Amino acid sequence: MEAFTTHTGRAVPLRRSNVDTDQIIPAHWLKKITRDGFEDGLFEAWRKDPEFITNRPERAGATVLVAGPDFGTGSSREHAVWALQNFGFKTVISSRFADIFRGNSLKNGLLTVVLPQETVDKLWELTEADPTAEITVDLVARQVRAEGVEAEFELDDNARWRLLEGLDDISLTLQNEADIATYEGVRPGFKPRTIRV
Amino acid sequence: MGRTLAEKVWDDHVVRRAEGEPDLLFIDLHLLHEVTSPQAFEGLRQAGRKVRRLDLTIATEDHNTPTIDIDKPIADPVSRAQLETLRKNCAEFGVRLHSLGDVEQGVVHVVGPQLGLTQPGTTVVCGDSHTSTHGAFGALAFGIGTSQVEHVLATQTLPLARPKTMAITVTGELAEGVTAKDLILAIIAKIGTGGGQGYILEYRGGAIEKLSMEARMTICNMSIEAGARAGMIAPDQTTFDYLEGRDHAPRGEDWDAAVAYWKTLRTDDDAVFDAEVVIDGASLSPFVTWGTNPGQGVPLSANVPDPASYEDASERFAAEKALEYMGLTAGQPLRDIKVDTVFVGSCTNGRIEDLRAVAGIIEGRKVADGVRMLVVPGSVRVALQAVEEGLDKVFKEAGAEWRHAGCSMCLGMNPDQLAPGERSASTSNRNFEGRQGKGGRTHLVSPQVAAATAVLGHLASPADLSDATATAGV
Ligand code: SF4
Repeated sequence: MEAFTTHTGRAVPLRRSNVDTDQIIPAHWLKKITRDGFEDGLFEAWRKDPEFITNRPERAGATVLVAGPDFGTGSSREHAVWALQNFGFKTVISSRFADIFRGNSLKNGLLTVVLPQETVDKLWELTEADPTAEITVDLVARQVRAEGVEAEFELDDNARWRLLEGLDDISLTLQNEADIATYEGVRPGFKPRTIRV
Repeated sequence: MGRTLAEKVWDDHVVRRAEGEPDLLFIDLHLLHEVTSPQAFEGLRQAGRKVRRLDLTIATEDHNTPTIDIDKPIADPVSRAQLETLRKNCAEFGVRLHSLGDVEQGVVHVVGPQLGLTQPGTTVVCGDSHTSTHGAFGALAFGIGTSQVEHVLATQTLPLARPKTMAITVTGELAEGVTAKDLILAIIAKIGTGGGQGYILEYRGGAIEKLSMEARMTICNMSIEAGARAGMIAPDQTTFDYLEGRDHAPRGEDWDAAVAYWKTLRTDDDAVFDAEVVIDGASLSPFVTWGTNPGQGVPLSANVPDPASYEDASERFAAEKALEYMGLTAGQPLRDIKVDTVFVGSCTNGRIEDLRAVAGIIEGRKVADGVRMLVVPGSVRVALQAVEEGLDKVFKEAGAEWRHAGCSMCLGMNPDQLAPGERSASTSNRNFEGRQGKGGRTHLVSPQVAAATAVLGHLASPADLSDATATAGV
């Protein structure tokens, strides 16, 4: 996983709540068997509209998505995170994320930042008025900064550490392989098995 | 202090707990399907890892599979490639797989329970958000992303922060004609699509205890639509009776030991939930959605709400957008909404009881002119059972299409899709924009409402069916 320390970039203000995973990446894209090449599927239905925010020339190259509440609801598809990353987003700001989406994003190094809705409103106003305005998301200081905005955000220490270091969960877990083996040794015999081994 | 059901199951699966770290939980059952697994297997391959516990892993094909002409090669080359990738991966790594054409094939959340693999007090995961379904057995079951799929394949564990717990107590008894689907739609409308976020829900109370296993699965299935990753119901005699004798249910002494353990899986009287919601089950009536998220629902007897009536600005905006997308006007009675398609199926309502309910209503009646009705069983086993009971004939005689098992129009990854602007009454779980096909408009309903709607051509409940629609004696 790519490490995330701090990022500064221009923003896409997306004034919509409940942006579900079917909007982020429609199901027909999920037939792909790779983790890349999803950029054209991002917000596919909305992007048909030439006026849709990501289609506007002044938003080209923006890397910070400022979204409405309940971003990423719906399915567990990690493709939603890949699509955002493939498109060029490094971080998403919202007042509330769906759990699975948030977990997926943090596992891929896409930093999801939770800020109060009032702060999101300010970021919307700022970046709508001035498309060149930049937002800095600083994971080291756990802070979001933009003109007239300086907001702290929370992220638990463990998740933050893994992001800062770009650590891979599986290798971390396998360091505790002995604990897994111990647990397996005392699991009750009546637990279900899919095959006899 | 006592513990809740969720806390008990959680505690029993902690492999490692350390200050400042998420708990490492052991996973008892890992379900796989073609859509969210290819990148996980690829990750294993790249790292030179193998599947740690093949005996706790099982795969089925469901999302992409066609529901007609299943003996012919799959027309869409991309779908075909994805299924072939799953087959190749399962063969290479040694995972048990039920492919198209196999008698155990079907929607992953229908297959696990019917095989008896889903058991009380187990942890169940799958790269699919509706894994919450399995919570109906008192299992801790939740959807995971592909990185986590790879993690479970490699380690049979997941590092997870413990969610909070929320009790959803449904008092009283559901009235005649009111189903589990109506109840869960009403719950989501009440707490909202983000209301369960960060919680494991426990459904409890008199109305829940009276539900069959299949109805309980319908409820837990849609926990994710309220934002909760998991929903649970304490196991009881209904659960044990459902499991006894199934392929993978314990037998003999194991059965006794299992039941003794399962009986301990109840929230203690002195346990405290982090949040509680109480619903009067007796006050409910058939419920349908009018909007583009599962929280946008009202009783069938109501009218399409006026966005202006929402105090919250973002909800108001969402309602306006939804009405525009759905092609509806505020104040319009729900019963006046005409549909083009009726879809019966999915892991929410594609089980045998659902098909029986639909057949019971459309038997001797006809699907309305101009309405297409698809009946898609949740699994091959469900299909075989339906055929044995003659339900397939009832569907066909009424003018419905009887299809092969799979996810089908629930998400439209296969050819079963709505055309732009088409409107469906669907027993599935998501009414998101474009979910059932680009530009398609979805109303979530119970199987009973789906059946009545198919006959009348507009949203309706069985109570709306007069004798005139019956062609008795035919
Ligand atoms: S039936 Fe629908 S909700 Fe269930 S697993 Fe299939 S696509 Fe997902």
